[in-house]
Amino acid sequence: MYQINSDRDHLVVTKLTSQFSEAIESHEFMADMLCITINKDAIHKSLLFLRDDTELQYNFLTTLCGMHYPEKQKLGVVYHLHSFVNNHRIRIKTDADIDDPTIATATAIWPAANWMERETYDFFGILFEGHPNLKRILNVDEMVDFPLRKDFPLEDQTREDKDDSMFGR
Amino acid sequence: MPAANTKTMSEKLNLKTTPTVAEAPEGFSGQGFFATSIEKAVGLARKNSLWPLPFATSCCGIEFMATMASHYDLARFGSERLSFSPRQSDLLMVMGTVAKKMGPVLREIYIQMAEPKWVMAVGACAASGGIFDTYSVLQGIDRIIPVDVYVPGCPPRPEQIIDGIIKIQELVGNESLRRRNSKEYEDLMKKYNME
Repeated sequence: MYQINSDRDHLVVTKLTSQFSEAIESHEFMADMLCITINKDAIHKSLLFLRDDTELQYNFLTTLCGMHYPEKQKLGVVYHLHSFVNNHRIRIKTDADIDDPTIATATAIWPAANWMERETYDFFGILFEGHPNLKRILNVDEMVDFPLRKDFPLEDQTREDKDDSMFGR
Repeated sequence: MPAANTKTMSEKLNLKTTPTVAEAPEGFSGQGFFATSIEKAVGLARKNSLWPLPFATSCCGIEFMATMASHYDLARFGSERLSFSPRQSDLLMVMGTVAKKMGPVLREIYIQMAEPKWVMAVGACAASGGIFDTYSVLQGIDRIIPVDVYVPGCPPRPEQIIDGIIKIQELVGNESLRRRNSKEYEDLMKKYNME
């Protein structure tokens, strides 16, 4: 079973900070996991470092997904990494301006990122630079919106039979 | 043992255990002959030998599986043979949520079916989108293909699906032979951008 290992958390922070001190924006412990926010310019280098460092060995990308912060006008990506060797998990976050939502792809580091990044592009419109096949994966190809952005109305806009007053709107 | 317990299941359910013969339509009969209109004879044959094409996408499809199985046994109504090819089926049964991405597939299947063809929308999702009032779900299949019978329910019980089949049979049995050549039918198809 996975157990919280604060020594390892400390090691990750120390190693990352010594390598990319200016790119590490913040680190905190939340929801049972160390969470490090890294500047998007250094995201590829730091993910590669986390995978290849002999002491860390985060060889497995558990998941990757998008985030939208409407008040900050930012889109973000969160990566969940797992080191099978040390049985340790960490969370990496990065963000990009909503007007220029480009973030380096992780497909060269973990091939599993391919479909996850397509999904993140599909729902949030984050453009992963260097992705081999960045197109929609779940929604219809003709779609122009990114439906999981907070400003997208989730209800179907073509229905005429719904009286807003009956739904408290 | 009390007498009530000796009844078989089919007796309890008041089902006939011998094969039933469909009721003859109105007509003239005499010694060795029976005469009726071709329309009624064709309607009789069609309604008692429907080949359904199940288009099952979610839980209504599970109810349909029960409908086809031995307990509810849709074969009693002449629909023993499911057709998984649209070319040979008469009745398209759409059971479940149809995502907008699935819409063109459903439309294509309907177009591939040979005339005459009927469509049944089983369950709230196929009829109206159901609880999925969302950008990714088609708000009722009648937005892309014409529907003959709607079966409500979320999901409907097998009895309701059978009731829908009986309603379809009524439509099939009473349909005019010329209906598919009529102006109204042409207009209906045009409304859905079909030939």
